[in-house]
Amino acid sequence: MIEEKKVNVQIKGIRDGLLINLGEGAWPELQEILLQHIQERAAFFKGARVALDVGNHILHAAELGGLRDKLSDQGVNLWAVLSNSPMTEQNAQALGLSTRIFAPKAEKPAKVAAHSPDGENALMIQKTLRSGTRIVFPGNVIVIGDVNPGAEIIAEGNIVVWGRLRGVVHAGSEGNEKAAVYALDLNPMQLRIANLIAVQPQHKGKPIPEIAQISKGQVVANHWDDKEGGK
Amino acid sequence: MSATVITISSGKGGVGKTTTTANLAVALALNNQKVVCIDGDIGLRNLDVVMGLENRIVYDVVDVVEGRCRLRQAMIRDKRVPDLYLIPAAQTRDKSAISPSDMVRLCDDLRAEFDWILIDCPAGIERGFRNALAPADMVIVVTNPEVSAVRDADRIIGLVDAEEKGPARLIINRLNPSMVKRGDMLTPDDVLELLAIELIGIVPEDENVIMSTNRGQPVVFDGKSRAGQAYKNIAGRLRGEKVPFMDLEEKDGFLHRISRLFKSGGD
Repeated sequence: MIEEKKVNVQIKGIRDGLLINLGEGAWPELQEILLQHIQERAAFFKGARVALDVGNHILHAAELGGLRDKLSDQGVNLWAVLSNSPMTEQNAQALGLSTRIFAPKAEKPAKVAAHSPDGENALMIQKTLRSGTRIVFPGNVIVIGDVNPGAEIIAEGNIVVWGRLRGVVHAGSEGNEKAAVYALDLNPMQLRIANLIAVQPQHKGKPIPEIAQISKGQVVANHWDDKEGGK
Repeated sequence: MSATVITISSGKGGVGKTTTTANLAVALALNNQKVVCIDGDIGLRNLDVVMGLENRIVYDVVDVVEGRCRLRQAMIRDKRVPDLYLIPAAQTRDKSAISPSDMVRLCDDLRAEFDWILIDCPAGIERGFRNALAPADMVIVVTNPEVSAVRDADRIIGLVDAEEKGPARLIINRLNPSMVKRGDMLTPDDVLELLAIELIGIVPEDENVIMSTNRGQPVVFDGKSRAGQAYKNIAGRLRGEKVPFMDLEEKDGFLHRISRLFKSGGD
């Protein structure tokens, strides 16, 4: 244990406070080590703003929340969690933690580019996205549930919502004009495809499944079963 | 006895969290339940004012946490009902004076002696919210039938889910039935369609609430108030009773009834 302690915790000063890198290992131990590390240097950490890089660990919201509360007991303010796992990022965002700091790691954009061939990747979300949730994904995003006003999805590929879409969505966020947005009830606050922005008039009445895509330089919504729209 | 800890939250300010906390506490206590309220709004305390106990504060929750007094000394007894206590917030400190684990410890110390612990959560989603949420067994989200309040309620419900304290339950406060009828206000169905959580009460808009707040006499004590009745119904539901939802239609009172008489006469 004592040997590990030396290896794992790396602390760097960044513009927005401290960046702590935890390295490899089992999560419960890492957390223990981190807390011990902070306790031993209580005077240094008191009042610090900390961003935590958890690498490849997949963390649940309860674990993140627990850590944040334990840190705040020590006077440390956890404001951001950096992770390579979209799952962990989502959980951190759900807790209101930031998942980007101003100086992102150089390897990250490279990694993103490597696994986004035309949106082959898809992120499947099986819950309602409530206000304040922001999903950013380098591929397709599928939501089984509603997207409430105040929620945001930014996807490099297509966006499919099996439910009511009332938040903000951006399909083809890296400029892919072929990207489309599918929803059982397409009623977004704002809809963006590639570089085009559309604001839809609120429509009432029975919802019909629709597809929004770019046609002749404009964002157009068609019935899902419409042959034209389905192309 | 092991108390249920209920955190009453909303996100947006001014929707009626404190009023709801005070009235549910009194309504539960009137049913011979042992209740303690904790004001989570350190720095902007209000619950003591609404409950009419402001002049009896000696120690507060921060004094307890920092060990300046015993828990018992900070508990103010409300003499109007059998078993109701208030632990007030400190006014001269801020939210960072206590931590989520302090709140968990505090509630654990209280659990054995009470049936219900109600925590009045401050507005916002920062430290104060997390303090109030940490010990919760159940979260009640209060909202008004207004787009902005519903939006914030949605955010809170998401945060409660994320902290694995969900699903939250909903109270729609200050519903104005005649505005709903005219189509000028969101209906309970509109609100529920978006928030999609269990509704445990609708409290109609009622002038008596403001009057009673100013007097420090929660509206539940007023036998005639419809808002008071609504709070009593919610307290009943919390205790597991099946209480039907009030008919809000006939709210308009005397004039409305007269005009209806005339109408039915003319038919």
